[in-house]
Amino acid sequence: MRALYLEFVRFFVSLRLTVGLLALSALLVLFATLDQVHLGIWAVQEKWFRSFIVLHELKGFPVPVFPGGYFIGGLLLINLVAAHLKRFALTWKKAGIQLVHGGLILLLLGELLTGLLQEEYQLRLDEGQTRNYSESWRFNELAVVDDTNATTDIVTAIPEQLLTDLGNELQVPALPFRVVPRAYYPNASLMLKENVPAGRPVVDNPATAGLGARLAITPLPITYQQDQRNLPAALVELFGPEGSLGTYLVSTMLTEPQRFSYAGREWTLALRFRRAYKPYALTLIDFSHDRYAGTEIPKNFSSRVRLTTPDGRDDREVLIYMNNPLRYDGLTFYQAGFDNNDKTTVLQVVHNPSWLIPYISCLLMTLGLLWQFGAHLLGFSRKRAAA
Amino acid sequence: MKKFFPLLLLALGLLYVGSTLREPRGPVGKPDAVAFGRLPVLVGGRIKPLDTVARSTLLQFQGRQTVRLNDGRKLSPDEWLADVLLADKKAHAYPVFEILHPDVLALLQLKAEDGAGQKRFSYEQLTPGLTELERQAQLALPVEAQRRTRFQREVIRLRDNIGLYVRLQASLVPPDLEAPLDALTSFQNTLPVGIAAVRLRQQKQPHDEAAATRLMDLAGRFDFMAQNAYLLPIPPEDANKEDTAWRNTGAVLLDTFQSGTIEAHALSFSGLAYAWRDGKTDEFNTIVRLLCAETEKRFASRLVKVDAETRFSAAAPFYTGMVLFVATLLLALASWLKWPETLGLAAFYLLALGFILMTAGIATRMWLEGRPPVTNLYSSALFVAWAAVGLCLVLEKIHPRGLASAAGGLIGFSGLIIAHHLSLTGDTLEMMRAVLDSNFWLATHVVVITIGYSATYLAGFLAALYVLRGALSRSLDRETAAALERMVYGILCFATLFSLVGTILGGIWADQSWGRFWGWDPKENGALIIVIWNALILHVRWGKLAGPRGLMALAVFGNIVTSWSWFGTNLLGVGLHSYGFTDRGFWALIAFAASQLVLIALAVAPGLPWRSEPPATKPRTA
Repeated sequence: MRALYLEFVRFFVSLRLTVGLLALSALLVLFATLDQVHLGIWAVQEKWFRSFIVLHELKGFPVPVFPGGYFIGGLLLINLVAAHLKRFALTWKKAGIQLVHGGLILLLLGELLTGLLQEEYQLRLDEGQTRNYSESWRFNELAVVDDTNATTDIVTAIPEQLLTDLGNELQVPALPFRVVPRAYYPNASLMLKENVPAGRPVVDNPATAGLGARLAITPLPITYQQDQRNLPAALVELFGPEGSLGTYLVSTMLTEPQRFSYAGREWTLALRFRRAYKPYALTLIDFSHDRYAGTEIPKNFSSRVRLTTPDGRDDREVLIYMNNPLRYDGLTFYQAGFDNNDKTTVLQVVHNPSWLIPYISCLLMTLGLLWQFGAHLLGFSRKRAAA
Repeated sequence: MKKFFPLLLLALGLLYVGSTLREPRGPVGKPDAVAFGRLPVLVGGRIKPLDTVARSTLLQFQGRQTVRLNDGRKLSPDEWLADVLLADKKAHAYPVFEILHPDVLALLQLKAEDGAGQKRFSYEQLTPGLTELERQAQLALPVEAQRRTRFQREVIRLRDNIGLYVRLQASLVPPDLEAPLDALTSFQNTLPVGIAAVRLRQQKQPHDEAAATRLMDLAGRFDFMAQNAYLLPIPPEDANKEDTAWRNTGAVLLDTFQSGTIEAHALSFSGLAYAWRDGKTDEFNTIVRLLCAETEKRFASRLVKVDAETRFSAAAPFYTGMVLFVATLLLALASWLKWPETLGLAAFYLLALGFILMTAGIATRMWLEGRPPVTNLYSSALFVAWAAVGLCLVLEKIHPRGLASAAGGLIGFSGLIIAHHLSLTGDTLEMMRAVLDSNFWLATHVVVITIGYSATYLAGFLAALYVLRGALSRSLDRETAAALERMVYGILCFATLFSLVGTILGGIWADQSWGRFWGWDPKENGALIIVIWNALILHVRWGKLAGPRGLMALAVFGNIVTSWSWFGTNLLGVGLHSYGFTDRGFWALIAFAASQLVLIALAVAPGLPWRSEPPATKPRTA
């Protein structure tokens, strides 16, 4: 038993394991980079780095092809910690190596946290427009809004994921009816039934109420292109105590929400990009896109925005431009793009609570490497001086 | 004699370098094309001499800077550009468009034999096929750049080059006119008559038909120039105005309809055309001098750079460097066989001279651009070579065995060759895209990471020397082997430090700019792989998991890893960093990787006898 335990320990502290894991991680990064051509950066992160086993679709079946980032990173972490616990000795000579590896442990942990906690949203603003929310560019939600009251809307947002569970009866206290998903298409195009050209494949549309009843649905393959986004569609049936209130077709393609009255209140229903509301608002005053004289090479993009809070504590103008984002309320707003003939700005909104960790780990690693190689160099030059 | 040999070689090298620094002068008694090349124009977002336009355009068209005519005469870039800009259709007959793809030739109904050097064709030769070329280009354009076939890429390249040529021609003088100066002066003198005639014609009243037609014809040409001209040669009246205030000749000529008098620059260009076509040396040189003096008054500080750039291009320090590095390599190789000290020292001197020359070259570029050394793929090649050569000088000083000199000569030469090929896409002092426009991060992250590339390559090349000498010759004795092992190890440590710190700085840049430290972008991943690979080699060594030959094989593989990070990721065409898209280098990259794999096989394949004996593949027992 003890022999087995020792063997176990020896395996986890061995340099062989380190080297093997390093080789695997180099390969993992390489494969993930290559896969980006097909999958785009987000799907690649989920598939290769934020997973224990990489599943690759071969002829429609997911086949495990490689250990994932969590697996390799986790083992590397165990290996590192175990090796250092086993061989730890507080000497000046080893301080450099220990700093480097301590920094590395922190870096791996930081990346794990980032993967779990980081959120990225987008904020699109036309010149003159004000918004107090940003939108996810990967996730969607079914928004059921009670806008009976002229001044306040009561928003109930159902995550897209719950709509994929067909037949599941969603009942929430804020709504006097249940929502039952009947069909879900991760990417689909809609068109008025009378305009559908011959030969265009459409699926059954059981919608009975709202605009959806007049539309034809064409499911599309999921896109992974970085500049394209999936536009999902879903059929949801609403049930009151007295029975069905109708089946609605919702899609992120439909920009206007569908309206109905029930239980003496006014409701709107829409599938939309998931929103993150903020306790403040941004107004785009001006977007400018400078080019170098006589060329189309962009010299600078910048958005002049006004940041206001309802309580009036903040009311100021901010200039967001390349390499100079706005940091506010734990979020980073950076200039990500533009649209609409330079009249619309697209700001990326990033929430990364573990942003500080990489800085600390970098500091540790740099100090450690300098210490280590500095000592080498010093020893070397002493030897040469002596020789 | 032997004692003085290194110094003698150094003196020769200095003479050679000195000879390239002489001020270029045009031939006496002829219109001075060299002075013409110094005139400033605004193009590609910056003010540069016509000389740079000529050189980068020719490199882009035909991969070299001089034009060899069918009758054997050679034209300098400046002479070629003067003919294009000033001499009407004369330059149409010059073979400057390189076409290599047989299908493109077939499309244009040309044969390789019709071309100068079997591959260069003149505008005249291409004219009959232009419609067909444009049609094919329009078919190819909607295809995504990375998915285009080689034929499609070549069609688009040729079509763009021809477009550029036509736009260039419309830059100074109204096109297709026998005597532009006469045309312009008579235009100015008869302007009121002409305008009146056109007005009457519009009102369908009796008018001077000839005057109206002449005027409309010229107006059409001006408009063509205003729409298409490539160069913006006319500076603003006011020195403090932005670069965007520079104007093209066509727009300025069109203004004549309001002002009644032709602007001085626009008229001078036609004067130049007259003098150049008729070989009027004095007139030509005087007009050039006046134009220079005129700009000098308002833009003196900028003309300093324009002049320096002309001198810099003429001196071509990086071409001189190539010669020096080849000489270094040959001397160092020879030193392994005979006179190790003498030849080794000579190699060291030349390497140092090459390094100083490159330092000066890179510094000049930095000053011209007002930027840190690495701003695009071209300058990264220069910098990789420079840093590696610098490291080699240090190594050679510590271990004077001609080893580091050989590696330095090889890397220096290779880096400059790569840089030359990267320069074929156009002006190498191009403007920075908005996302990269941050001198602070360019100076830190980019420089440090590029030094990391340098060091990883150097370790790989030293390891390659080890393998080659060990496998193919008997010259790898214990001492040499030990020295090489130490060098490779030292450089690897250095490489790990710089690639790690560089990668981390990149992360910090990303966090500062985009709010996230790491985005798994291909270029970031490439840098990460280098760090991981270097760390792996160091751990293998510390754990004694492989012998010297195994370690050398790993270090050689580092060459492939670095090349992937440097160029391979740009081939993917995705991500934030794909600014230096280079598909022409693809096969070169594959060939290089294959050669490195052969070296690795030589190092570790069991049963392959090494001609030099001592070091084994198994770890040496300590």
